[in-house]
Amino acid sequence: MDKILNDLAYAMIRIRKVEEKIDELNEAEKVKCPTHLCVGQEAIAVGVGHNLLQKDYVFSTYRGHGHYLAKGGDLKKMMAEILGSEKGCCKGRGGSMHIVDPDVNFMGTSALVGGCLPAAVGTAWASQMKNEKRVTAVFFGDGAVEEGIFHESMNFASLKKLPIIFVCENNFYAVNSPIEARQPLGADIYKRAEGYRMKGYLVDGNNVLDVNKIAKELIDNARNGDGPSLLEARTFRWCVHVQHYNETLKRKEELINWQKRCPIKNLGFSSLEIVKMSQKINLEIEELLN
Amino acid sequence: MERKISYAAAIGEAQAQAMDRHESVFICGLETDGERGIFGTTVEPCKKFPHRVFDMPLCENGITGFGLGTSLAGMRPIMVHARIDFLMLAMDQIVNHAAKWKFMTGNAFNTPMVIRTIIGRGKGQGAQHAQALHSMFAGVAGLKVVMPASACDAKGLLISAIEDDETVVYIEHRFLHPIEGCVPEDYYKVPIGKARILTQGSDVTIVAISHMVIEAQRAAIELLKDGISAEVIDLRTIKPIDEETILNSVSKTGGLIVADVGQKICGVGSEIVSLVMEKAFNFIDVPPVRIGLPDYPVPTAIPMEEQYYPSWINIVSEARKMMGKNLGKIESGVVATRNFQGPF
Ligand SMILES: Cc1ncc(C[n+]2csc(CCOP(=O)(O)OP(=O)(O)O)c2C)c(N)n1
Ligand SMILES: [Mg+2]
Repeated sequence: MDKILNDLAYAMIRIRKVEEKIDELNEAEKVKCPTHLCVGQEAIAVGVGHNLLQKDYVFSTYRGHGHYLAKGGDLKKMMAEILGSEKGCCKGRGGSMHIVDPDVNFMGTSALVGGCLPAAVGTAWASQMKNEKRVTAVFFGDGAVEEGIFHESMNFASLKKLPIIFVCENNFYAVNSPIEARQPLGADIYKRAEGYRMKGYLVDGNNVLDVNKIAKELIDNARNGDGPSLLEARTFRWCVHVQHYNETLKRKEELINWQKRCPIKNLGFSSLEIVKMSQKINLEIEELLN
Repeated sequence: MERKISYAAAIGEAQAQAMDRHESVFICGLETDGERGIFGTTVEPCKKFPHRVFDMPLCENGITGFGLGTSLAGMRPIMVHARIDFLMLAMDQIVNHAAKWKFMTGNAFNTPMVIRTIIGRGKGQGAQHAQALHSMFAGVAGLKVVMPASACDAKGLLISAIEDDETVVYIEHRFLHPIEGCVPEDYYKVPIGKARILTQGSDVTIVAISHMVIEAQRAAIELLKDGISAEVIDLRTIKPIDEETILNSVSKTGGLIVADVGQKICGVGSEIVSLVMEKAFNFIDVPPVRIGLPDYPVPTAIPMEEQYYPSWINIVSEARKMMGKNLGKIESGVVATRNFQGPF
């Protein structure tokens, strides 16, 4: 268990440090494309990613750096892509919003909200047709639930009992639009699964142990042929939606409380241990940037 | 002294004035009520009519259908989408429903709706946030498509679109938002379907669309130094197209260059060249030229992105070739893409 805890913490800190570095490069005007950072939301990527095999598929969104790293994506190639180099994972053609790493079956990300859901279902369908026991995890935000394609994808995945887990990172905002302005009060996202006779679960997206535990169960189920599930992980984005954006007063107030629930700090590691891990990671980042 | 305001502010003013005149006008779209107000374009209407500007869920197809329904029930919706790429999710309701409702019901209903959207460009926004898909809409029977290039036309065309009884797709360009121009304070209309001659000329006609109008004007100034007199036409409306203005001009100059912000293949340029070949063939002295985007998606890395977009330089070089003048290297200017600093 200690080893697992350590791995999870390290993976989260690594994502945090990479995002902080990208933010810094942004400030220095070195990043030449829109970047959507996932600081504050690391536990979901890590908790799910930890239970996926290399052969499993992942699809994500423009806010995908964490998912990419948690799936074992090549950090050097991701950074090169963000910095607009031909050595990047998309050869300079995709930027931060379209990272990919076929070596670990990180299949790509969409800059259109909900855009990857049907293709993710498609990989699960292929896996079923080929009897490969590969699971697909698809990450998306609370906003994507409002798109028609979410419902089409859920319906078909459940109809065919496909090996997929739908991971909704509910950070309560789409850009600066709060969820109350977009979805009926009390219409919990995880409960939408019920209408499709699929299992739906709610998890604290800032608690990596909880995410890890439930993700393991759902991924195992999917692999064993028990069909898809929907996991709603509640969390909060600590940074602006994309560079140049301002925070609203409301978000600033909410952020104070969410920062008290930092997914990394609340794991019980001493500050010294966290500093040590951070230093090691920073070294890795500096080395690959040189 | 005429008052100068930005293209974005002109759009804001048009909407606010239309809302003031017509109770039936309202605005909806994701974060239209936000502080940023869709690059500043919905700030004024939101301040003046906060209850008639609606933030929306992320459901482009639904939004379009909801808007269509309100228009059937007597409202005049303005739907706003921050990128034209997002409209691809709304194609069923736009193409199969809104565009056809009036016709297929034998004019039983009007569908007075405006779909406002924006072509993005610059700073690595990439293949899914910087497409220019206007010709796709122009190809749909039942839709009107306008693309203002100046602040003055942005206001006047939007008011015309709002008062129009059919569905109008109103397409902005992100690079145009900050550009200021003289805009009358009163409520006025610029007719849909009328192009505008910006510079009179006798050697070659340049029909330009949206942001390419800025590039074409710059090109015309350069060409004058070469002794080439270009007539620059701002097309303003893609459909219905102003055949008369184009044909008259081409009959006079005998040369045609179309400069579009969209693709070259199957683009608006293809349509204009066909039109001219069909109806003014005898007046044409040299083969017409289309300037547009290449047939691959826009890459994000800056050097690749800069190479992707044509500019005034391409217009100058094509016009020189057309006039048989080889005047050597064109002194290059700042590339528009590099100037753009966001916000996205
Ligand atoms: C189809 C579509 N509509 C609108 C947008 C503009 N947009 C980009 S990100 C975003 C917010 C989406 O929120 P959510 O799904 O909750 O994801 P989060 O950014 O919070 O992770 C919006 C509206 C888009 N990219 N695609
Ligand atoms: Mg969200």
